[in-house]
Amino acid sequence: MINSHDILETINMIDNENLDVRTITMGISLLDCIDENIDKACNKIYDKICRYARDLVPTGEAISKEYGISIINKRISVTPIAMIAAACQTQKIVKFALALDKAANELGVNFIGGYSALVQKGFSAGDYALIESIPEALSITDHVCSSVNIGSTKAGINMDAVAMMGKIIKKTAELTSDRDCIGAAKLVVFCNAPEDNPFMAGAFHGTGEGDCVINVGVSGPGVVRSTLTKYPNSDISEIAEIIKKTAFKITRTGQLVAQEASRRLGVPFGIVDLSLAPTPAVGDSVAHILEEMGLETCGCHGTTAALALLNDAVKKGGTMASSHVGGLSGAFIPVTEDAGMIDAARSGVLTLTKLEAMTAVCSVGLDMIVIPGDVSEAVISGIIADEAAIGMINTKTTAVRLIPAIGKKAGEELNFGGLLGGGPVMAVTKGDPSKFISRGGRLPAPIQSLKN
Amino acid sequence: MRAVITVIGKDTVGILANVAGVCAENGANVVEVTQSILQDLFAMIMIVEITNITVPFTDLVDKLTCLGESQNLKIHVMHEDIFNSMHRI
Repeated sequence: MINSHDILETINMIDNENLDVRTITMGISLLDCIDENIDKACNKIYDKICRYARDLVPTGEAISKEYGISIINKRISVTPIAMIAAACQTQKIVKFALALDKAANELGVNFIGGYSALVQKGFSAGDYALIESIPEALSITDHVCSSVNIGSTKAGINMDAVAMMGKIIKKTAELTSDRDCIGAAKLVVFCNAPEDNPFMAGAFHGTGEGDCVINVGVSGPGVVRSTLTKYPNSDISEIAEIIKKTAFKITRTGQLVAQEASRRLGVPFGIVDLSLAPTPAVGDSVAHILEEMGLETCGCHGTTAALALLNDAVKKGGTMASSHVGGLSGAFIPVTEDAGMIDAARSGVLTLTKLEAMTAVCSVGLDMIVIPGDVSEAVISGIIADEAAIGMINTKTTAVRLIPAIGKKAGEELNFGGLLGGGPVMAVTKGDPSKFISRGGRLPAPIQSLKN
Repeated sequence: MRAVITVIGKDTVGILANVAGVCAENGANVVEVTQSILQDLFAMIMIVEITNITVPFTDLVDKLTCLGESQNLKIHVMHEDIFNSMHRI
């Protein structure tokens, strides 16, 4: 029998601590939509997505109502479009983005990810054309998200792609400068990109995946923080235990929703992504968890250690709660999407250099960071190269999602609204890496032994 | 299949009867009720059997939520699996 304490604890998590399932993402393979006529390929893509995901939104809403837990986003990820575009790369590639956007509108999903290319070792047919088309694609669509994988532990880092992405990010921001440069918020540059990530903007459906799959991303920073407030004097071992137990409960909810969605849609269950994904809402911040542990402000000395503890405990607790774990799994630190991070950045305690150190121990990377609009393309590439190097050497996923605020300087603010939030323009370190970036070539894959 | 109904709000005459009434009208059989009144705050947890309900479960959720709004009560109706999965290994 369920006891009343457990019932009230669950209801309190949902009502007062922002427990929710962040996303149900349906991954759909588009490999059977390849056609050398781009219009035919686009029609096949639109038809397949609409056919497979027809019931995704209503099913998500029904599950949400029956179990009494919000499922914030219903999303779709597709095969990296560069692969589909290979057969028709001389034509107007951006038509693929329009087809994806049209499908997203028709189905009522809020984002569709997979306008992507995987170029960690080199460019194949379709990759170059797709990357070139990203700025236009993100400026003329509302729901399409794009990602480019420029490095991996096995392949090293493609420095030509790194140089290219500096330019692409800047151009994407420029083309959407009338809308707070929002295009750049829908573009992620990865090292070691996971193929089953349900979170945007980096979701795509990897080629090793099945034809169609359901992946679920959980959330719940508010629950972790609120639980920690009940133990103000516990030592760090106890804090780790508390986080593990809380992560277990949060992830069980995700597992239940994933299994139920999979059953009702008749689509195999892929993974649960055990992530603490913040939102700008009060009480839904990862930074506030770190501050609850005893840091005055997120970003001060001690932050990296606190984040390492949090990230590891979330994984340990969550792993046992789900039959298959994958995606990005860990604590997210997107600056503009986290009320505590925004405050810490405004106060000047949280800086880009500290964020870079934090990404070495948490699940993603430099995420949703607004930088001055006059930062050069080479500096953006330098930031990407640094972040990719951390991922490559540490055999983990790292990502860069920077928003150059065109026409704005450090201290001013951008505001995207909704889940993407808003925040202050953060200063970047002085100095010019353009000679290093312009060399091109490949940064060799690292040795996998002699670990020091 | 069972669902858990929780009702929290200011105590007034007939809360239990009203909630039980909606359950009865829709074929949900009340299996267990625990309730307490702290000062004038009413808190009730009701477990109902929903296998033989006469309307879709989501309609029952709507009806009870509606009742809650009209009586100024907070009523949650949730499938029991969410509690089982969260609190049991």
